[in-house]
Amino acid sequence: MATPENKLAFDGGWAYDPAPESTDHISLKKRYGLFIGGEFVAPENSRYFDTINPANEQKLARVAEASEADVDRAVKAARAAYSGVWSRMPAKERGKYIYRIARIMQERAREFAAIESLDGGKPIRESRDIDVPLAAAHFFYYAGWADKLDYAFPGQRAKPLGVAGQIIPWNFPLLMAAWKIAPALATGNTVVLKPAETTPLTALKLAEVIADAGLPPGVVNIVTGAGKTGAAIVNHPGVDKIAFTGSTNVGRIIQRALAGTRKKYTLELGGKAANVVFADAAIDQAVEGIVNGIFFNQGHVCCAGSRLLVQESVADEVVAKLKERMETLIVGDPLDKNTDIGAINSSMQLEKIQSYLKIGKEEGGEMHQSACRLPKKGYWCRPTIFTGVAQSNRVVQEEIFGPVLAIQTFRSFDEALAKANNTPYGLSGGVWTDKGAKIFKMTQGLRAGVVWANTFNKFDPTSPFGGYKESGVGREGGLHGLDAYVKLGAR
Amino acid sequence: MAAANRLSVAKTYKIYIDGKFPRTESGRYFPLKNKQDAVIANVCRGSRKDFRNAVVAARKAQAGWARASAYLRGQILYRIAEMLEGRIEQFVAELQLQGRTERQARKEVEIAVDRLIYYAGWADKYQQVFSSVNPVSSAHFNFSVLEPTGVVSIIAPDDSGLIGLVSYIAPAIVGGNTCVALASESLPLSAVSFAEVLHASDVPAGVVNILTGFRDELTEQFASHMDVNAIAWPGDGRKMARSVQTLAAENIKRVIARPKIDWMSDEGESPYLIRDTQEVKTTWHPIGS
Repeated sequence: MATPENKLAFDGGWAYDPAPESTDHISLKKRYGLFIGGEFVAPENSRYFDTINPANEQKLARVAEASEADVDRAVKAARAAYSGVWSRMPAKERGKYIYRIARIMQERAREFAAIESLDGGKPIRESRDIDVPLAAAHFFYYAGWADKLDYAFPGQRAKPLGVAGQIIPWNFPLLMAAWKIAPALATGNTVVLKPAETTPLTALKLAEVIADAGLPPGVVNIVTGAGKTGAAIVNHPGVDKIAFTGSTNVGRIIQRALAGTRKKYTLELGGKAANVVFADAAIDQAVEGIVNGIFFNQGHVCCAGSRLLVQESVADEVVAKLKERMETLIVGDPLDKNTDIGAINSSMQLEKIQSYLKIGKEEGGEMHQSACRLPKKGYWCRPTIFTGVAQSNRVVQEEIFGPVLAIQTFRSFDEALAKANNTPYGLSGGVWTDKGAKIFKMTQGLRAGVVWANTFNKFDPTSPFGGYKESGVGREGGLHGLDAYVKLGAR
Repeated sequence: MAAANRLSVAKTYKIYIDGKFPRTESGRYFPLKNKQDAVIANVCRGSRKDFRNAVVAARKAQAGWARASAYLRGQILYRIAEMLEGRIEQFVAELQLQGRTERQARKEVEIAVDRLIYYAGWADKYQQVFSSVNPVSSAHFNFSVLEPTGVVSIIAPDDSGLIGLVSYIAPAIVGGNTCVALASESLPLSAVSFAEVLHASDVPAGVVNILTGFRDELTEQFASHMDVNAIAWPGDGRKMARSVQTLAAENIKRVIARPKIDWMSDEGESPYLIRDTQEVKTTWHPIGS
């Protein structure tokens, strides 16, 4: 059986040595309060919960659980900061504060990366090279918009909404915080943000950065907690806008909860993206893209390429190469710089993924996993593919949010497009071909908000992101991401 | 020369689905009366089934309409305006029949014609205003364009017979969407006559479907249908607003509420109303390194 070790044994018993990122430079408090009105305060009912490292199940810190009263305090702080300071401040000055956040984050990038991997389980290679730099870049990008909004909305005057309530997921904790906070601040809103209960630490470290940057108290408030805390934000009458990233089911609940109110909302929800590989694609490159599409961040990616549609004439070759490549993926310690696939974020998510593996087999799919060894402690899932699945199978239709790929074949372009579009989702898609015209034909036909051609899972602050159909409402990032945080009126 | 005592021929007001004018499948009607309590017309009381049929037609027509060139869509909207212009007297008379003064009616029809011209002109321009090339930090040509959301259900404002309806339909279809619209319940006749204008304007079958009927009965259907991508409506009434968005959430339908807009004024026309029923698609295209 091939293993990561012998696959790479080009001329003998060569193996990877451990290459762990050091954590002696990071500082974590034993206990974190809520960041309200510019300082950390205790929750009114003194309740705290543990946040653990999913790679070894050890406690990292205690974190406050915000109650309705705490959320109310945060919203009031945000409202006071909005009316008193932030909405009156010259836009240029607002922008400079946001630039400060970006710069401090760059200075402390390695610390943020290490904490992100500790708290969430993602490989340090990703948190170091993707999450943290992109988060800083996002602040840098939107900082510059603050005094240029007249150019973003031709013929209109853009005004802030007020207090934005923001709820983010656990798959890209710091990056999602940046996606939410940066455009809200640039457009003159103040913020109450809730990070996910399994990954609160980098948001709390971001609170430190925001304090260090000297932002007026209450402009950004960070409250930790689970679903009840989120519901308190959604239902608070003092909130003018809800920005949510998470599952389609919760998005639906939020859209309903906001019914009959004047609150604006943007929803970034689930996905089941097809990665379409044509016979004329550069096959090795496509295999790398498939791997990146589904195994990036353990597959905890709403825009993951969780379906592979491969043209029949190259299907055997692609699947064989994919299986070979899967054997070389290193699953293990998120802090090890050689790790490709880290820990599953939580035991709950691991159970969900495992239930889908069972469903996939019961539905008649053929499951294949790499043969890698898994650590004894922590939450792990081997890279997994299903072949022989039908369009109606649940592993083809439903978002698994793990390293699990459903593989189907197609003959014609039209068949590929029809299958690609045949889910309720429409967040992203991918196409692999050597022909430019075919790229455009496919990218035009895909009913999805982000389409990658001969690449996958690329992100940039200038590039709008968001879904069609049940994958959400609104865009984040780029010029179009400003729209979520303004009301337009005649000049 | 017609005889002075010639008996006039009344029009049967029917609904418009898939380029045809059927009666409602339900066989129901409601009488529209004038101020003197005389019946002006028996209007189709459209049903859920009519709506579902209309959505099927709209879905079938959508991809083709979205593929039509912007130039062609612009010309077709212009053609609708031309056809309406030629029937101004008919529409004025019909609005008068429903209680408007001649002056009000004429103004409303003229603005409706001009509104269609306004949106005809946007057909090949809104994309240029709202799309972007995004300077990403990698070897990709990255751009964002607008694409139609898909099938839009429309609840036309109740307080106007023509201008409200036209102001909802035009920005939706100029952007490549297809739609199913519910006419004003109290002023339904102009909507049916407008369907006849559409029918004579090279608008492909199914692109616009118009029903008449009861708002209380049909609004929730317009909000809940799983193959409708967006609902555009006046957002009037808190209770109904809650119900519409609650039902729309089932398939994360876009809810576009447009309260308190004076459709007779310039605020009733804007490229931002086109953008309401558009999706932003971002493409990462390789450029080599």
